[in-house]
Amino acid sequence: MSRYRFSPLLAAAAGVIALMAAPLVAEAHRAWMAPSSTVLSGSDAWVGVDAGMSNGVFIADHAAMRLDGLTILGPDGQLLEPENMMRGRYRSTFDVHLTKQGTYRIANVMGGVVASYTLNGERQRWRGTPAEYPQGLPEGATEVEASLSAMRVETFVTLGDLSDDVFTPTGHGLEMVPLTHPNDLVLDEPGRFRLLVDGEPAAGLEVTIARGGTRYRTSPEEITVTTDADGIYSVEWPQAGMYWMHAAVQVPGADGKLPLSAQYNGVVEVLP
Amino acid sequence: MKPLTLAATLPLTALALTGAAPLPSGDLTVSITLPRINSASYHRPYVAVWIERPDQTAVRTLSIWYDTGLPAGEGKDWLKDIRTWWRKDGRGLTLPADGVSGPTRAPGTQTVTIPASRLRDLPAGNYVLAVEAARELGGRELVRVPFRLGAANTASGTGETELGAVRVSVAR
Repeated sequence: MSRYRFSPLLAAAAGVIALMAAPLVAEAHRAWMAPSSTVLSGSDAWVGVDAGMSNGVFIADHAAMRLDGLTILGPDGQLLEPENMMRGRYRSTFDVHLTKQGTYRIANVMGGVVASYTLNGERQRWRGTPAEYPQGLPEGATEVEASLSAMRVETFVTLGDLSDDVFTPTGHGLEMVPLTHPNDLVLDEPGRFRLLVDGEPAAGLEVTIARGGTRYRTSPEEITVTTDADGIYSVEWPQAGMYWMHAAVQVPGADGKLPLSAQYNGVVEVLP
Repeated sequence: MKPLTLAATLPLTALALTGAAPLPSGDLTVSITLPRINSASYHRPYVAVWIERPDQTAVRTLSIWYDTGLPAGEGKDWLKDIRTWWRKDGRGLTLPADGVSGPTRAPGTQTVTIPASRLRDLPAGNYVLAVEAARELGGRELVRVPFRLGAANTASGTGETELGAVRVSVAR
C-alpha cells in the first residue's frame, strides 16, 4: 500500500527517530493506541491497550510505540499505573484496571526541545526538556537554532456513567477538547471536537479521520475535515468502528517562544 | 425462573406531591417473545425494556433482565452489551433497582406489567416502547413499537433474530 513499508532504509531511519522520541516519525507512520473496549459496565473492569506506529492504523506491522510519556488519568483526577506493560516488536501493550466510575484519559505525550548549535567550529545537536533550555546547552555554543516538538497520542474509556473531568487541557502542544463525549459516539450522530494549540483555538487545521480495518477493504475511506475559527471540527461517521483522528501544526517562533511543531492523534470508537 | 415482580415504586402520597395531572392510563402490558435459538452454547439474553419519546430520547427504563444472581454484581459487567439502552439510560442508573431489574428469562413469551401508578407522571401522548436483547456469543436486536399513553390502545412489532413479537397494550 505504501512505499514506506518496503523501504528498509526508511524503516531503519524511522526506528532511530522513534528511539529519540522525536515527533516527526509519524509524518511517515501513524501513531495509534487501540483500546480493547471503550464502554464498560460493572464495578471493576480491565482494558488492554495496544500502541504502535504503522501506515495502517491499528495494524501492528511496523514499530512499537515508546510509552515514556504515558499518563492514565482517572475520573477522580488520580493518575493510574499501567499494568502488564510489554514492548513487543510491532506494538507496546499494557492494561488499565478501572475501579472508579467515569471517564479515563489514556495519553502518551512526547516531545521536547531540539537545538542545533556550533561549538569549536562543529555543528552539534542537543535535546532536552523545555525547562532545561537554554541553560542545558554547553558553554560557548553559538548559532543556536532551537524548536519545540509536542506529540500527543490518546484514547478514552468509560466505566459506568460518562464524566468530563479528564478533558481539561494542559495548554501545551496540540490538544483535543471533546464537545461530543468521546465514549458517547454512535452512527448517525456527528461527533464534534475542538483542537487547541498551546491552549488557543487551532483554526483552519486539517484533520484526518481514518477508520480501522483497511486490510479488509480496498479503499482507505479516509475523511478530511477542517477546523473552524474556534478550532471546532465535526465528523459524520460513515460506519461504526475504531477511528483515528490526526492533525499537525507548525507555529513560528515569536519573542520568548520557540517555534513549535505539534501533532495530535486521538482514537475514538463509534458504536452502531 | 423467578417471576419478576413489578411493584409500584412510589407510594401514593409521593405521587400526590408530584403535581402532575393524573394520567387516565391503565396498566401498561408488554409481552416479549424470546425466540428459541439452537446453539450449542445458548445463554439467555440480557433484555432491556424502556420508554422513549418519538425523537428516541429515553423517558424511563421499565425492566432490565440480567444475571442478577452472580456474586459481587458481576452480572452487571455485560450490561453495556445492551448497547442502545446502555447509552440512552442504562449507564445513568443504579442497579439493581426495585421493580426494574430481574433475572434473565427463558425462551417463550414473557409478560411485563407496569402498573399505571408507575406511569402517572407521564403526560398523555405518543411514546415508543423499546425492547433490546443482547445474547452472549449471539447477536443483538432492538425493536421499537410506537404506542400511546392516555387512551386504550395496542401496538406490536417484531424482531428477526434475537427477538420475536413485541406487543404493547395500554388498558385505558
